[in-house]
Amino acid sequence: MMGRFMRNTLKFTTLFLAMTASAALSAGQVEVLHYWTSGGEAKSVAELKKMLEAKGHVWKDFAVAGGGGDNAATVLKSRVVSGNPPAAAQIKGPAIQEWASEGVLANLDSVGKAEKWDSLLPKVVADVLKYKGSYVAVPVNVHRVNWLWGSSAALKKAGVASMPKTWDEFFAAADKIKKAGLIPVAHSGQNIWDFTTFESVVLGVGGAKFYDDALVKLDPKALTSETMKKSLETFRRIKAYVDPAAPGRDWNLSTALVIQDKAAFQFMGDWAKGEFVAAGKVPGKDFLCAAAPGSANAYTFNVDSFAMFKLKDAGAQKAQGDLAATIMGTEFQQVFNLNKGSIPVRLNMPMDKFDDCAKLSSKDFVETAKVGGLVPSVAHGMAIKPAAEGAIKDAVSQFWSDDKISVADGMKNIAKAAATR
Amino acid sequence: MSRSFESLLPKLVVAPAFVLGFAFIYGLMVWNGVLSVTASRMLPNYDEFVGLAQYEKLFEMDRWWVALKNLGIFSVLYVGGALVLGLVLAIFLDQKVRAEGFLRTVYLYPMALSFIVTGTAWKWILNPSMGLEKLMQDLGWTSFHFDWLVQSETAIYCVVIAGIWQSAGFAMALFLAGLRGIDDSIIKAAQMDGASLPRIYWRIILPVLRPVVFSTILVLSHLSIKSFDLVMALTAGGPGFSTDVPATFMFVMSFTRGQIGLGAASATMMLATVAAIVVPYLYSELRAKPHDR
Repeated sequence: MMGRFMRNTLKFTTLFLAMTASAALSAGQVEVLHYWTSGGEAKSVAELKKMLEAKGHVWKDFAVAGGGGDNAATVLKSRVVSGNPPAAAQIKGPAIQEWASEGVLANLDSVGKAEKWDSLLPKVVADVLKYKGSYVAVPVNVHRVNWLWGSSAALKKAGVASMPKTWDEFFAAADKIKKAGLIPVAHSGQNIWDFTTFESVVLGVGGAKFYDDALVKLDPKALTSETMKKSLETFRRIKAYVDPAAPGRDWNLSTALVIQDKAAFQFMGDWAKGEFVAAGKVPGKDFLCAAAPGSANAYTFNVDSFAMFKLKDAGAQKAQGDLAATIMGTEFQQVFNLNKGSIPVRLNMPMDKFDDCAKLSSKDFVETAKVGGLVPSVAHGMAIKPAAEGAIKDAVSQFWSDDKISVADGMKNIAKAAATR
Repeated sequence: MSRSFESLLPKLVVAPAFVLGFAFIYGLMVWNGVLSVTASRMLPNYDEFVGLAQYEKLFEMDRWWVALKNLGIFSVLYVGGALVLGLVLAIFLDQKVRAEGFLRTVYLYPMALSFIVTGTAWKWILNPSMGLEKLMQDLGWTSFHFDWLVQSETAIYCVVIAGIWQSAGFAMALFLAGLRGIDDSIIKAAQMDGASLPRIYWRIILPVLRPVVFSTILVLSHLSIKSFDLVMALTAGGPGFSTDVPATFMFVMSFTRGQIGLGAASATMMLATVAAIVVPYLYSELRAKPHDR
């Protein structure tokens, strides 16, 4: 991990030196910082580049791989501090607010009004992208996080008829799978994936309203309630169905266990679908997707977005506006999301080219938005500030990996972590 | 004119290194110290002076205490283990064995690897479902059980094992050099007096090796305080944060959690720890010099 980090730092340093040397940028150039470097993602970015070049702008790629965006964030900080920000950078969730409060983000309201973004985005999503009522970032896609993926072959072998809809069904199925000699749950024992599972459990046990109170608003009463206790008990029960090699395993290696039918279930966002499809598996036939038990009428969203930085050059500003409009355009939303495995963030898009899992996701996205079941994912940095988020993740991971911590103590630790500022 | 130039030349040559060293070592240390008394979050921010609040926050965090405890366990076992194993290896190699050159290279080779490689290799070896445990079970020893790496109480000892494996050869090389420097006639004299071999080693050779032991401890202990790459590659701080050490703590707080002030405070604490070891050593060294020469 660090090797790649160092390499990137070096690469960046050279790039940076070259940049400062050619300080006079040509008009209409957009430099875009992103961390989409893997197969399907890179293809999606290439599409965006093509569309922008068709509008007569120059695209300058600034990809920083690795660390789930941590490396890119580090590079971005040094660029902004040195007064030379890129035109756009991949930033999401409350981090957008943090950057905006530093006063470095550009106001996108003129583009947003012309393109009627307010009517195209659910309010909860739009709020993430706005700072003091003005758009400062533009959304690219929606990932649903509260998925349960299943291997058809493994379920069949264990005699499980369908994907479980409740936690009771889930544990009954897990027992059967264990008896059949398979791994019931392919888990990845890393901070972020521990929490991905945990937030699906909270959503399934307590519902969207409770999720919002406890994990988004961090209400101490909700965090120490009976419902939270039940969530933690359910969360711990899952651990008995996880194989011993899980700690530290990367998420895609866990997905591989499901792909190879060695494991039956995985709690994971819909980027997992990309792995299944890349392995030649067909959704609905070789592998199954369902909302995590008990959370069918709720939806934890993870929206990738680009924040735009204030620029001095008028040509670059124009290009920046065009970039924002292009990203929200129907053409890009469709092409990009077909490649990435997510769904368009824009409402009322035709979904006929997408697969069954994406159609279900899109249907639930629209429906949950109406009834208040649409909530931001905490695990994926959509809901709370990084400091509190990190502290809660620590507490949850500690509870998961150390069986000696009682449910009551676990709850106390989480509530204490939630108070971190 | 030429004489003054000659006298200036060494200073001129040394100056750039001095300036760079000053700016990039001591300058950055000071900067770090300044950051640790500000409320800096995502970006450095000097507007708000908060005194020692970041340090108070630091010592209230469970995670920091876990990191400190791990550093204690790791330093003691890693330095002690590498020292003892290195000494034993060196003594064995010193018995005029055949193919000594070959064996010496074998033992020293791990030092040529980076900690990243060591960490990754040991991650696979210690992983219960693909490494040692699986191998033993496949060979027929089905009750064999070794899952330290995935248990939060024992994972730190896996880091120690990998660290010792990497550094024991280095300690061996230092000790071997020390052993070779001992005058044969002393040992022969002891043998004439009828001293047994273990006694010779215990009463004569080890005391002579004292300076070597000292410098080995110094090198290894500062390696252990800085340890970052080994932990990152082997466990990434997990399970949970049970193998966190101060260096990984600092990195996470400063660069992924947007708490630069807190990260700077932890870095200052690390600096203080290193200084607590190095300063007394330097002091004793520098003070001893005038008498020696």
